[in-house]
Order: sequence, then structure tokens, then C-alpha cells
Amino acid sequence: MDDAFKPSRRAFLRGSAAVAAAGLAGAAYANGPDPLITELQDWASYTGVGVDETPYGMPISFESHVVRRNVEWLTASPISSINFTPIHALDGTITPQGCAFERHHSGAIELSKPDYRLMINGLVDQPLVFTYEDLERFPRENHVYFCECAANTGMEWAGAQLNGVQFTHGMIHNMEYTGVPLRTLLKEAGAEVSRDKWVYVEGADASSNGRSIPMEKALDDVLVAFKANGEALRMEHGYPVRLVVPGWEGNMWVKWLRRIEVTDMAVESREETSKYTDVYADGTARKWTWEMDAKSVITSPSPQMPITHGTGPLVISGLAWSGHGRITRVDVSKDGGITWETARLGKQGDTKALTRFYLDMDWDGAPMLLQSRAMDETGYVQPTKAQLREKRGENSVYHNNCIQTWYVNAEGIAENVEVS
Amino acid sequence: MSKSPNILWPALGGTALVLGAAFGLMNRDYAGDRIEALETRVEAVSAQASSAAEQAEAEAARAAALEQQVAEVQAAASVMAKGGSVTAPAPHRDGRYGLGRAAYAEEIAAWDVDVLPDGRGLPEGSGDVWTGEEVFVEQCASCHGDFAEGVDNWPVLAGGFDTLADKDPVKTVGSYWPYLSTVYDYVHRSMPFGGAGTLSADETYAIVAYILYSNDMVEDDFVLSRDTFMDVEMHNAEGFVVDDRPELEYAEWRAEPCMENCKEEVEITMRSVFLVETPPEGGSNSVMNEAAVDGLPSFTSEGPSFIPAAAPTPAAAPAPVATPAAASEDDAMLKQGEKVFRKCAACHAVGEGAKNKVGPQLNGIMGRTMGSVDGFSYSDGFVEANAAGKVWTPEEMAAFLAKPKTYMKGTKMAFAGLRKDEDLAAITAYLQSFAE
Ligand code: HEC
Ligand code: HEC
Repeated sequence: MDDAFKPSRRAFLRGSAAVAAAGLAGAAYANGPDPLITELQDWASYTGVGVDETPYGMPISFESHVVRRNVEWLTASPISSINFTPIHALDGTITPQGCAFERHHSGAIELSKPDYRLMINGLVDQPLVFTYEDLERFPRENHVYFCECAANTGMEWAGAQLNGVQFTHGMIHNMEYTGVPLRTLLKEAGAEVSRDKWVYVEGADASSNGRSIPMEKALDDVLVAFKANGEALRMEHGYPVRLVVPGWEGNMWVKWLRRIEVTDMAVESREETSKYTDVYADGTARKWTWEMDAKSVITSPSPQMPITHGTGPLVISGLAWSGHGRITRVDVSKDGGITWETARLGKQGDTKALTRFYLDMDWDGAPMLLQSRAMDETGYVQPTKAQLREKRGENSVYHNNCIQTWYVNAEGIAENVEVS
Repeated sequence: MSKSPNILWPALGGTALVLGAAFGLMNRDYAGDRIEALETRVEAVSAQASSAAEQAEAEAARAAALEQQVAEVQAAASVMAKGGSVTAPAPHRDGRYGLGRAAYAEEIAAWDVDVLPDGRGLPEGSGDVWTGEEVFVEQCASCHGDFAEGVDNWPVLAGGFDTLADKDPVKTVGSYWPYLSTVYDYVHRSMPFGGAGTLSADETYAIVAYILYSNDMVEDDFVLSRDTFMDVEMHNAEGFVVDDRPELEYAEWRAEPCMENCKEEVEITMRSVFLVETPPEGGSNSVMNEAAVDGLPSFTSEGPSFIPAAAPTPAAAPAPVATPAAASEDDAMLKQGEKVFRKCAACHAVGEGAKNKVGPQLNGIMGRTMGSVDGFSYSDGFVEANAAGKVWTPEEMAAFLAKPKTYMKGTKMAFAGLRKDEDLAAITAYLQSFAE
């Protein structure tokens, strides 16, 4: 079959493109004047909804499919589970809070500002307790950062699994945070800040999900945040206060932050031993793999975003990010990595934040193997799946930042595949 | 560092070199100072320039041009700064702000209970294997199995030795956990699921001793305490290395990537295992993808080898639907009840299609005979209550939920109880709202 088509491949491509274009002619190409234009529409005649109707707005009903989704069989209970950001349907870089993924180890809790307390203790001159109001009196900063679960794309170690970028890459969000630098609070308590010290951070929820952070990072860019995208954090993201650990795995971004302890060694809590460690082919495991390496993915076209408009102008769009700094370049391949073109960045990338990229093309209706490849300011190039497996084997769960492939067929339908 | 300031520097000659060096050295904490220094410098430059202007028009023009160029460099610098955290570092203060208050010793004792790998933080107390088994069966086995082998999808806590090099390693306390402190600390603070923080030190020591026993790591006469803690050897204590990606991966993966003819031919070797439907009401349904890779083209630099005749059909695109408006009269009470039910939801389901989980499904529980859900295996207390024909009334329910263990001796329900009367009232109302 393969050979039969080879001699006349080009001719065949042209033929099929013409067919596709004819078949997909939509309303805009309709024969004759469009009644949406020529006839008076209800919405252009009657009045709309008043300003007293919606004190806090939800997206319009037509967008109600753009929601977080979970996969029931992934975990034993939805209370210790994960859902996924609908990144296929978003553009730009900021993730609205209402559809930003959630990962809880024992459910999202409702903790009010009056009930909120934050303790700093351990190797400090003076152990302190802060209220929520106290935190708002320290000088604060604004930063946009991505938060990616270490298990994002984790299933794909075993090959192409779930058919949708929401499910393969949706354990990520990107928000503008307002908060107090952790170093300010450490200083307030007179913490010992030599490089061999650690900061153990713990949440107020039942999982008491604690993590150890080396002092150098704690003094660098970690934020004790209380606002995201301009408004209070959502319950599911740690209202009223969460930790923001830029560029590092999401599990360290402790929600409902209640305690900061300065210690002389890592606590080696469950979340940094049993979980969030990476087992390699020979059975040894890497620990303290905190940084999220450079990664990118095409969000459209993708399995949930097929090409429905036929041939002609097509916008390929995607996201790139790196826990080591800024994204400097993204390349896109349409043939599974044989040839690459440099994509256009939506705007200059922020450090440790999502960067949007676009490749504008004319689609001739030929199948494509779409891939994207990110580079960050350290010169690191996003690896292929084969490169990752060669280094680490396949028994890992976390830190899969491989190049993703979508097979787009002649009808514009995209599927998650693995290629040679 | 972005490109644009680099492009500007050569045009600026001497001044640019100075400014360029300033940017090159710029560091996060001092960027604000640098920018101020630059501003002073611009003022100096423009002051000079305007005095020159009084003397000669030509020089004035040059000064204006210079000023503009300096402004451009500054703009570029601030664009650069916006990308990082240099824009507006929060001011430092040498002294303290005097915010917060001193923590009380009792407060620290209540919250600072973590245990370090060397055993610091372990409380007084002890527990033996057999006591541990009893507590485990009562409080943990419903999810983790009588022998810590894990029920259904719940975590396995024992076994899995010699599997770490397999494709699906079984990572348990025995096969994987490097520190015993972690087991004590995690069980004490985070388990049982839905009743975290309720285990005493003695109970925790006993459970941990039992988990070790289930993993063949101690004998059945073992007693765990602060004193015996360091005697236990963890199987995988030596199994971890600190992140070595910088040496093993980054060093190699920082090369300029290939852009053309990077491979001869590319074939699709695997298709998505699960096709996913995304129903408008949320969640997702996945089905196995039966399609084979056979009918798919391979790719060369010429493009795809052929266009498949019959392309696979897509999963139906979800049709957007309007959200129904929800409102009812006893809303507040039910809302509160719904909230309280989160404490139960780890083990119980209610509502349409509710199934038995760790505990029985609770549809139509009010007025129902105790212990009567089909296919659920109750403890003896409930079996007897069922035989005696006892029925769930709001009063009985409140008494049970306030103190499950007191109300029903030997119950399997590992739940400490609801303390607040309003929570009891709310949960009863909430449960009442679910019919059979
Ligand atoms: C209602 C079900 C349930 C009960 C009862 C329960 N657990 Fe768990 N257990 C879980 C879940 C769910 C997790 C994983 C939590 C997460 O996602 O962080 C877990 C995790 C654990 C882990 C860590 C497993 C790992 O590999 O990291 C240990 C140890 C553990 N439980 C011990 C216990 C003990 C001891 C008890 C009894 C005192 C208990 N559990 C009771 C559900 C339960
Ligand atoms: C850790 C798991 C767990 C939690 C949390 C839990 N239950 Fe249970 N529940 C059980 C189990 C197991 C049983 C069966 C008891 C037995 O057989 O002894 C049960 C039994 C019951 C029964 C009796 C059912 C019947 O058919 O007679 C009721 C009612 C009940 N639970 C309500 C609740 C409510 C309400 C909450 C929350 C406030 C709650 N439970 C929390 C596990 C749990």
C-alpha cells in the first residue's frame, strides 16, 4: 500500500486537499446572503442581562465545556486525586483560577482568614505566630509563575496513553501571584540562614503535606502568596495563603500554609521519599529532583482541538516553560522531528512562567506529525522521549518533559502517538 | 539576557559601554540601585548636553540624540527587568517589622510534631506488633488490607521487594522507604485517611511495628519506641542518590539542536491507548483505542508516504449545554450538610448511582434498618442491630455520629466523631435529602 502511493504522492496530496476544502465549506461560504446578517436577530432587538444579575460572573454557557476534568480510574478516591487544566481551549499564558488544575492529598479545605495562623519556629531567635492581617502588612511583590505537578505527563513514560493535551499536559497552571518574600518572614523571626539549613513547610489540611526546601532557595524567590490573578486564592489552591516555589515541582507549593520550621537537615517526609522521587532502570532512585526542566507542547491542533476548517491558513499554538528561567526559543516540526522551524513567541517569556508560541502556516491537507521543542536561557534543549528513556529507563513517574507528538490526519483529526 | 539591549550598545559608544557593563553585572537584589544610578547618570549626561547646547547648536543636537539613546537603553533595561523579579523587589529592612507575636511553647508543641531521620522529634511511648495488628485491622485494614497488602486501588504498604528495577515497581514501606522516621511521622499526622491526627503515640508505635512485621523486617516480639528506633534497618536506605541531572543530562542537552534532516524516516510506533470523551457535565470517559498503527503513513523530509484512505473517526465533540440554575429553600442547612459530608466522603457515597466504598452507600439511610445495605459486610454490632430491627432515626444518627465507637462497640467505622451540634443537625438533614 505504501509503495502504491509513492510515485504520485504530490498529485495525490493536491487532489485530497481540493476534496477536503469542498467538503468543509462552512456557513461563511454559503451560497447567498447570510440570514445572520440580513435578518434582524433577537439579540440586536431585545435587551440583554442587567448589571444586577451576576455579581460574580462565570464564563458564558457556550464555554461550559472548558472545565477541569478528572479521570476516575487514576486514583482510589477523588479526595486524594488530581484534575486537569483545559489547556487545549485556553490561549495567552494566564490560567483563570476557576479552571486551574487541583491536586489534593486529602481534599480541599475551607479555612477562613480569621481562623488562619502561620507559625515560624525551629532554628530562629524568636518563634512567631502571624495572623492573616499581619502578612498583609509586610512589603509584597507581584510575579507570574507556572506551577507544574511533577507527575504531569507521567503516564506517558509507558507510551502514548490518554488522547488529549488536557490529560497529558494539564497538570499545570500559570498565575500572577501577590505575596511576601519568604526571606522577609525568616528575617523577622531571626532565622539561621546558612546554606546548610533547611526550611520545612507544612499545610493545615489533614494530609499535613510537608516538604523540605534548602535555605538557598528559601532566600531566593519563594513567596508566601495570598492573591492570584488579582483576587484571593481559590479554596482549592490554598486559600487564604499558599507557598509559591518558582520553577520547582508543584508538590512543594504547600497550600493552606500553616508552619515554617528552620531545620538543620531535610525532614525526609513521605512526599520527598515515598513520592516525588524518581526510580531509574536499575532500581535506584533520584531524590531532591526539584526543578522542572524545560518543556513545551502544542495545544492546538491537538486531540481535543481538531482542525475543522479544512485547508488554508492554520494557527499552530502551544505553551513552553522552564523551571530554570526564561524560554528563549521554541521550534516546531510537522514531520515528526526531521525538519524544524522556529516558532514565534506571543511575547517575550517571563522567567519560570508559561510562554505562548505560534506557528502560522498554510495547511495543504497532508497528514502531519506535530512536535514542539523548547529551549531555555541556560541553553537546555527539551529532550525526546528516547533521550529521556535512555537516561532514566521507563519505571519513573515524575519529571517527564519529553517532546510530545500529535498525528494529524488528512481530516484534521489529531491523536496522541509515539514515533520512532 | 534578551537581545535588544545588546543591539543598542554599539550605537552608544563610550556611554553605552559603561551602561552595558552595568547591565551585565546587574544582579537581582541590586537592580533597583543600578537603575537609580543610571538615572543619575542620564541627568548628568543631559545636564552636560544642555550646557553644550548654549555654546553650539550642533552639539545640542548630538546631546539630544544621546539622551534619546540613553532613554532607549533604559527602556530596554526595564523591559528586561520586567521578565524577572528585578522590577520591584520588596524593600529590605535591617531591623524587624515587629509584626506577629511570640509563639507559646504549647502552640509549638501542638504543631511541631515532625520527626527527623535521626529520630529527633519522637515522643515518649511504645507499641508492640500484636497491639499494632489489632489497631491496624480496626483502623487501617479497610483500605490497606489486613496484611497491609492494599485493597483495590488503595496504597500497598508491604512487600514489593526486588521489584524496583521492574517497569512497574511496587514501592512500599518495606521495598522503598529509606527512613523509619517517615513511617512514624506520616501515620501519626496523616492517617487514617479521614481521621488524621487522632492516633496516640502508643498506637502509632504499635502500628508502625506491625507494618515493619508485615514487611518481614522485625520479629513478632518486637516493641518499637524511641530506644529501639535506631535498631531497625530499612531495606532501601542506600537506594537514593541526590539529583544528578546537572551532570548526567544538562551537560549533554545544552547543545544547539538539529534543524534539518535530523532523521531519515519517522514511523508511528504506538497510538494513544485510551480515547477520551469529555461529557458536558464534567469528568471524562475513556475507552480503549482499538486502532492499529498499520494503516498510518511514515514520514520523510518529502512529507508523508501516503494519505490513508479511511481515516479513523474522532470521538464525538462535546456539545456545550447551559448550566441549570440551582436553588432551593432549605439551602443553607443542606449546604452546610454537604460541607460536613466531606468528612465522610472518603468512605461513603450518596446520590444517584452511589456504591459501597469503604463504608456502605447512604441513600435513604434515614428510616432504614441499621446494617441493611446489600453486599456490604458489617461488623458484628451492626449485624446484631439489624437482626433486632433497629432503625436509623435522626436521634440515633446524631448519637452514632457524635461518638461512633461508643455508640457501636467494635464498629469498623474508623471515624472519630462530629463534635459540633450544628454539624450533627446539618448532616442528618443532608442525609435525609437522599431517598432510596
Ligand atoms: C479510607 C481509606 C484509608 C484508611 C482507613 C487508611 N488509609 Fe492510609 N492511605 C489512604 C490513602 C488514600 C493514601 C494516599 C494518600 C495520598 O494520596 O497522599 C494512604 C497512604 C498511606 C500510607 C503511605 C503509602 C505510600 O506508599 O506512600 C501509609 C503508610 C498509610 N496510608 C498508613 C495507614 C495506616 C497506618 C492507617 C490506619 C491508622 C491508614 N493508613 C488508614 C487511605 C486510607
Ligand atoms: C474511614 C472511613 C469512614 C468514615 C470517614 C465515615 N464512615 Fe461511616 N461507616 C464506615 C464503615 C466501614 C461502616 C460500617 C460500620 C460497621 O460495619 O461497623 C460505616 C457505617 C456507617 C453508617 C451505618 C450504615 C448502615 O447501613 O447502617 C452510617 C449511617 C455512617 N457510617 C455514616 C457516616 C457519616 C455521616 C460519616 C461522616 C460524618 C461517616 N460515616 C464517616 C466508614 C466510615
